[in-house]
Amino acid sequence: MSNRYSEVLTKPVFDSNPITIQVLGICSALAVTTSLKTTLIMCAAVIAVLMLSNTTVSIIRHHIPASIRIIIQMTIIASLVIVVDQFIKAYAFEMSKTLSVFVGLIITNCIIMGRAEAFAMHNPPGLSLLDGLGHGIGYSVVLIIVATLRELLGTGKLLGYTLMPSVFDGGWYYPNSMMLLAPSAFFIIGLLIWAQHSWKSHQADKD
Amino acid sequence: MRTKATKQQILFIALAVSLVCSALVTISTILLRPIQETNQQHYMHLNILKVADLLQQDVAIEKQLQQLEMRLVELTSGRFYEIAQPETYDPRKAAKDPKQSIALSPEQDIAGIKRRALYAPVYLTRDDNNQINKIILPIHGYGLWSTLYGFIALQGDTTTAIGMRFYEHTETPGLGGEVDSTSWLKQWRGKRVFDTNWQPAIQLIKGGVDHNDPSAIHQVDALSGATLTNRGVENLLKFWLGDDGFGPFLARVRSSGGSL
Repeated sequence: MSNRYSEVLTKPVFDSNPITIQVLGICSALAVTTSLKTTLIMCAAVIAVLMLSNTTVSIIRHHIPASIRIIIQMTIIASLVIVVDQFIKAYAFEMSKTLSVFVGLIITNCIIMGRAEAFAMHNPPGLSLLDGLGHGIGYSVVLIIVATLRELLGTGKLLGYTLMPSVFDGGWYYPNSMMLLAPSAFFIIGLLIWAQHSWKSHQADKD
Repeated sequence: MRTKATKQQILFIALAVSLVCSALVTISTILLRPIQETNQQHYMHLNILKVADLLQQDVAIEKQLQQLEMRLVELTSGRFYEIAQPETYDPRKAAKDPKQSIALSPEQDIAGIKRRALYAPVYLTRDDNNQINKIILPIHGYGLWSTLYGFIALQGDTTTAIGMRFYEHTETPGLGGEVDSTSWLKQWRGKRVFDTNWQPAIQLIKGGVDHNDPSAIHQVDALSGATLTNRGVENLLKFWLGDDGFGPFLARVRSSGGSL
């Protein structure tokens, strides 16, 4: 049984990563990854919402009538997102200005709805919590990789610390500002998907 | 999955979930509001300093703000209005109170604000000769989705802009929301907000300002894809710099030679 728990937690991080294998949640992966700091806040928000929504849906799964299950899941997810958004506005005000609508758009993030419908509706709360955490981490790993590349190559900085001094400040690195625009995230995510599929080719085909 | 739920059960569950969720949202909103309001206030203060290039790093913002001279202005006459603690005056509350505000006729109300408070706060800095050298005025007006709240900072000559910025709005991110972008805000420096007859003259130009045109001194590039936000910004400046806004006050600053 403990095997099942660890599988639920680790599988979505690599083997069935929500972004690179399931290709869900791409919108926010493109939009918030211009800097690592906003990405970290976004990831924390997504992990919190995923875990809470999976657990809540799982607890009441026997009482949710099949005919209105989607709208019930949606109501729960939307409420959780509003609460998380309120917390960010209270404790990370500057970040909330940068993230603007993207926290609210977690409501429409397919990963969350997908996990509620595909997993939490059929599994006990403990497992669902871990499944949410696993998928949250899987989402975060990819976003953090993308954000690190974009911020570093786009500005020469990481989390505000200068790693590669840019020519504008008298350094040697010429920042590639395309990295700060959305197309670069498409390329990076595309390369990641390709890398993952060649690494785990048999699984990708099977899935 | 399981036996089909009856209509009553469905209704009950739907109702219960909605109630619990709305309670959750309400409670968190109410509990977190005081912290959010403090943040909002702090952000507004930050904008007052930034708009006039006064922000110093490493000094507490509230302390820097105290170094500004804050006065209330009676808008119609343009005279200072003395009260004991001007910082406790809430212009937004006043604008809703019929006793502390006036209703604007549709012709006057180009900024889309319906009522205007009788008094408005202004922030001033003075040079060594006690002459006003920077004037920071609060401005607001309707854009596309929301009222934009912000500040414009002028030199002591009352016409040269130091900067303009908004601290609160919900315009479309990426389009009208670009009113916050640094590169757009930079253009405001040095623009003349009045023409030679002291009428508000700022224009937002679609397709970009022609810098060879003599009137470029009054013009700023419009934001692309944000017609209504642009119009809102143009109109709110016209209103607040005009006779129903800070016009009379700015005229008094001019006629006093800055020693008001």
